[in-house]
Amino acid sequence: MDYNAMELMICLAARALEDGSTVVVGTGAPCAAAMLAQKTHAPNLMILFEAGGVGPILPTMPISVGDSRTFHKAIMASSMPDVMEACQRGMIDYCFLGGAQIDKYGNINSTVIGDFHKPKVRFPGSGGANDLASLCWRTMVITPHDPRRFVEKVDFITTPGYLTGKGAREAAGLPPGTGPYKIITNLCVMGFDDETKRMMVESIHPGVSQEDVVKNTGFELLWAKKVATSEPPTEEELRILREEVDPMRYIIGRQAA
Amino acid sequence: MAETLEAGLGVEDIGTGKLFMDPDPDKAREFFRGKSRALTDKVMSVKEAVSRFVQDGDYVAIGGFGTNRIPTAVLHEILRQGKKNLGLSGHTATHDFQIMAAGGVINRVDVAYVVGLEARGLSKAARRLFEEARIEVCEWTNAALAWRYKAAAMGIPFMPARIMFGTDTARYSAAKVIACPFTGKKLLALPALYPDVAIIHVHRADKYGNAQIDGISVSDLDVARAAKKVILTTERIVSEDVIRGDPTRTAIPYFCVDAVCEVRYGSYPGNMPYEYFSDEDHLKEWLAVDSNPETLEPFLEKYIYGTKDFQEYLELCGGEHRMEELRRLEFLEDGLGAS
Repeated sequence: MDYNAMELMICLAARALEDGSTVVVGTGAPCAAAMLAQKTHAPNLMILFEAGGVGPILPTMPISVGDSRTFHKAIMASSMPDVMEACQRGMIDYCFLGGAQIDKYGNINSTVIGDFHKPKVRFPGSGGANDLASLCWRTMVITPHDPRRFVEKVDFITTPGYLTGKGAREAAGLPPGTGPYKIITNLCVMGFDDETKRMMVESIHPGVSQEDVVKNTGFELLWAKKVATSEPPTEEELRILREEVDPMRYIIGRQAA
Repeated sequence: MAETLEAGLGVEDIGTGKLFMDPDPDKAREFFRGKSRALTDKVMSVKEAVSRFVQDGDYVAIGGFGTNRIPTAVLHEILRQGKKNLGLSGHTATHDFQIMAAGGVINRVDVAYVVGLEARGLSKAARRLFEEARIEVCEWTNAALAWRYKAAAMGIPFMPARIMFGTDTARYSAAKVIACPFTGKKLLALPALYPDVAIIHVHRADKYGNAQIDGISVSDLDVARAAKKVILTTERIVSEDVIRGDPTRTAIPYFCVDAVCEVRYGSYPGNMPYEYFSDEDHLKEWLAVDSNPETLEPFLEKYIYGTKDFQEYLELCGGEHRMEELRRLEFLEDGLGAS
């Protein structure tokens, strides 16, 4: 069955979400992944939005993480501090982030390219990303895979990954047991090596070679002992994604890279 | 005393950013001591509210969430009145930041999220402010600013939190690291943020400023309590009986509020929950024209400087007919194609 890279990324992200867990999502692919998970293996997945939407039944893709859709038929129309405090208490299992640059420890830049005081490019900044990555148990990233994004050193650490390696988060003062979990790209799925906390390729998508991944990564990757081939979307997943989650093709109609 | 505390807590100065606002709770108490508690009629025009309560140099906090429940009419009026050197709390400031940047009215910003309009793209006019180094910047996060408001609302000088550690976001903030006196754990101390003026759009308020918000409140309960002056715009002014008939729903009490302005469709082109959806076409036009000063200037002239009030702007944007379309989108009356 034909599918595009965006559809595959959304399916892979959806499968990583456990039933009965909680996830803070943004707009776009993460939101589609959470909706797909709810409609497949994780009907009891609870979705939150950082502006205050808690447990909505999403009628369509939100445009903003604070728009009306984010609390449509929700359990609660709450507030930013309430959602962030739930994260800080340890109640939120997953969050999804993106960014302009990411390094081998999963540190993310969404602030500036170039000098901070006179940047070449100014991006929005942390928003809630630093908060969510500091406080949620598992941070997930869905991102296009290219050497401009996957860099040896990010220009600015907006959001903490594993910082400089094992134990660095805890030493810096972040809550123990948190950190990046899966990095899902248009080429592969990566996790993090237990010993070094460096990014490690776990599966490569069908039709993608190891060389493709290396060529598109600006740092040295670790490879799992047995690198799998990513499981393509099932017919059922694609049907739900196309007919129920994103019928207007706002997300799945986009280029993945 | 301060030294003993500092020594005891082991303060670490990690932030190199500038603290724009004084977190001293006693100075704030002195201000609030002098603030009127009178139950008086505060209804006025947007023009009068901006002229009386927004001074050049003031530090401004904006309610809502960027393109959702934003006080657009007041922001336009700030531009029309040519206010200068304002500070801004960039707590997910998207279209609101875009307006302030386009008008050149701000010279310093606490950044959590600015420049972008979420998935819609980046505002070039807003980017230029940073890339040409025309604005003073201090970095924070959404939770950091939310909790800075909360500390101010509580009347305490800082809020401890467990975010930002190990990052450049912290390095370019004005936060400090302290040790918890009970557990010894590292905590980030976020200084209380008492804005000079908060501008918040609500669903309904009475003439005294008792206000109700439908849907998510974002950080506005704390923003309204933290700010020294509060300008409310409201979709509707209601009688005091409406407030007293259901006091559970009062989000902001009158004694926080200085001005009440009735502005129907006041969040346009933003979304107002249970009222109207965002006008994505108009927001796209904004992003297109603000890429270049040559196209931005006539656009601002047409929609803001050349209009006498927000009503004229709404008329230029399609008036009641367009608002009715946005109401239909909000209530998903034409299916799910809501964009």
